[in-house]
Amino acid sequence: MNVNATFIGQMIVFAILLWFFWKFIVPPIAQAINDRQKKIAEGLAAAERGQRDLDEAKSRADAVVREARDRASQILDQANRRSNEMIDSAKQTASAEGERVLESARAEAESETSRARDQLRREVGALAVAGASRLLGREIDAKAHAQLLDQLAEEIARG
Amino acid sequence: MATAHGAEHGTTPTDYIVHHLTHLKVGEGFWTWHFDTLLISAALAFLTGWVFRAAARRANAGVPGKFVGFIEWVYEFVDGQVADIYHGDRRFMVALALSLFTWIVAMNTMDLLPIDLPGGIASLFGAQYFRVLPTADINGTMAMALVVLLLIIVAAIRAKGIGGYLHEWVSAPFGSHPLLWIPNVILNAVELLSKPVSLGMRLFGNMFAGELLFMLIALLGFLVVGATGGSVAAFIGQILMGTAWAIFHILIVVLQAYIFMVLPVVYIAMAEEHH
Repeated sequence: MNVNATFIGQMIVFAILLWFFWKFIVPPIAQAINDRQKKIAEGLAAAERGQRDLDEAKSRADAVVREARDRASQILDQANRRSNEMIDSAKQTASAEGERVLESARAEAESETSRARDQLRREVGALAVAGASRLLGREIDAKAHAQLLDQLAEEIARG
Repeated sequence: MATAHGAEHGTTPTDYIVHHLTHLKVGEGFWTWHFDTLLISAALAFLTGWVFRAAARRANAGVPGKFVGFIEWVYEFVDGQVADIYHGDRRFMVALALSLFTWIVAMNTMDLLPIDLPGGIASLFGAQYFRVLPTADINGTMAMALVVLLLIIVAAIRAKGIGGYLHEWVSAPFGSHPLLWIPNVILNAVELLSKPVSLGMRLFGNMFAGELLFMLIALLGFLVVGATGGSVAAFIGQILMGTAWAIFHILIVVLQAYIFMVLPVVYIAMAEEHH
């Protein structure tokens, strides 16, 4: 338990150990820890930046979608308007066409009627000649009495 | 263990204790070398240096493995303690605290080895005595404390210059009047010397007492003499008390190393302050 030369030896051992820790152990560990801290800080900053970029991109995408939706509804409105216009104009065309067809049909019917009336008149004239000749008991020369017959036919037709 | 060793030498309890408190010595008078203290402390210094160097070589900014992570955890604990106390460039302070802490923990841990094991192994090599605990040798603890004292003086001179430091010796704490020089010097000497003495004696006292208690518990082995009730009680008592003290001693091992790590940093930080 007495102090002796061991003391000197122990001091030397400790001094060497202290020097070794100072020169070869503390610097690399401190360096590694500092580097790692820096790396972690950079990583966190990058993550934050990425988050910010993502938010920005999201809001930009939202704006694009909103614009597209507006545009689409605009186009839809336009199309609706256009189709209504087309339907209206088609209706107008169709009714005009119908009117025209009706008109022509009516004209045709009229001409048919007058044609039938002419024919009827002619037939009545012939019947009248035939009836008169039967009453008179002789043949009436149609050619000789053409003027008379025509007059008669005209009267009938008028009447 | 104790029984076998004691019986082998055919000794009394007193002889057993004295045998365990005797160093393996070389030399005469002051020039006596405690071979056991020197061997074990140097081996443990080599071991801690090698382990930390291995981790330091592998440490990089990437994800650390379990071994490097553990060493970095110890480093960051010590670094945090130093940072709380010492302001300024603390790389040397961290090296001082880290080397003190790891080396003292390693040396103190030798106390947890079975008490007769190191002596038994040493006797295989023909050594009659062997004390495995370097921190229970006053030379071991006071040597570290004296290095700390030198560092305190160097730090003070670096911070204040040689003139400022000498001026502080004569003028603090009472004042710079010539009549007060002698009281100042006396007080400063007491203050300065009390630091390494308390450091060294605290660690030495704790570890010596711990070692002695292990020896006293081992003495219970002397009561195991045959298949009697007393023998069984002594045997069980030795195991229970030895276990309890060893578990409690783990706390002392780390606590004393922690105290010896923090106080030098405190002393050096104080020495660099201007009065």
